[in-house]
Amino acid sequence: MADPMRIRAKAENGKVTVRVLMSHEMESGQRKDSAGKVIPAWHINEVAASLNGKVVMTADWGPAVSKNPFLQFNVKGGKAGDKVAITWKDTKGDSRTDEATVS
Amino acid sequence: MKKMMCLLALAGLTASAAHAQKSAAVQAIEEYRAMLADGNPAELFEAKGEDLWKQKRGPKNASLQQCDLGQGPGVTKGAFVTLPRYFADTDKVQDLESRLLSCMENLQGFDAAEIAKTPFGKGEQNNVTALATWIAAESRDMTFNLPQVHAKEQIAYEVGKRLFFQRGGAHDFSCASCHGAENLRIRMQDLPNLTKNPGDGIGFAAWPAYRVSNGQMWGMQLRLNDCYRQQRFPYPGFASDATVALGVYLGVNSHGSKSIAPALKR
Repeated sequence: MADPMRIRAKAENGKVTVRVLMSHEMESGQRKDSAGKVIPAWHINEVAASLNGKVVMTADWGPAVSKNPFLQFNVKGGKAGDKVAITWKDTKGDSRTDEATVS
Repeated sequence: MKKMMCLLALAGLTASAAHAQKSAAVQAIEEYRAMLADGNPAELFEAKGEDLWKQKRGPKNASLQQCDLGQGPGVTKGAFVTLPRYFADTDKVQDLESRLLSCMENLQGFDAAEIAKTPFGKGEQNNVTALATWIAAESRDMTFNLPQVHAKEQIAYEVGKRLFFQRGGAHDFSCASCHGAENLRIRMQDLPNLTKNPGDGIGFAAWPAYRVSNGQMWGMQLRLNDCYRQQRFPYPGFASDATVALGVYLGVNSHGSKSIAPALKR
């Protein structure tokens, strides 16, 4: 089971700024271990964000995204009290969803 | 003579231009750090540490909530800025991480020596780092105030000072080789002078920290052991008396400085 995300969402001037920190190894598949063997790729490849249950953004990620990635985006029309949910899926099929309330 | 004056003036000009250039580069790095600090992944480790503190774990299936970090059992606020300090129950000066090991052994039944031997970034070591990150975060923006009352605390300071200046290893380095004077740097990395108070959030006041370059969370123990690695000197070992003594020396020197831990490093 993956570690939880940290989600902060703030409403300002009719838009919600969402900041997400995800806990993930994000192994690119390019690196080798001390024995010279390639470390298999293991990274998040799908991210979906929703506001009050409605999907507002999806993203396809590749191996070039950093370890413990940080994601920031704006959503038009959100307000304080709304629920923001973020879901990621990785190449091993593991996934995690976390939710936060807009402040 | 006139020509010489002119040359001197020119030399002065280029020197100051070079200086201005350097500070522009330093400014750019600081800007980059400020951008990253907004989403400091150390927060992930803070959250994990807070969870671990309350979780019932280990052979004794107990939480760490009765752990005494120097402010009474279970008190985490303000504990970090008074560590390392002397603890009567273990009759030792301990820093945050070695104290956590004692608590994990006494309360939860873990084998402290076994954890200390575990390489950094493996198994229970990761949990110790996460716990240290959270406890450090509980004292964010507070000022360092290490006690120097007990004889062992004073001895630890003196031992730490000697270790700081002790040269050894293949390159005949000491801690002071890099951290003993003003305005030293390694490539673009400014090195703080740790023989005196380096100021708020610098040196001892910046660890535990998340290293962006390798994506790892580092506690003070790992930082100090890595300094020894860079000196080409054997590790004194996790939670060793040597690293704790160095911690006392650095911590007492930082008296009155604000802690920004958990910080973000290159």
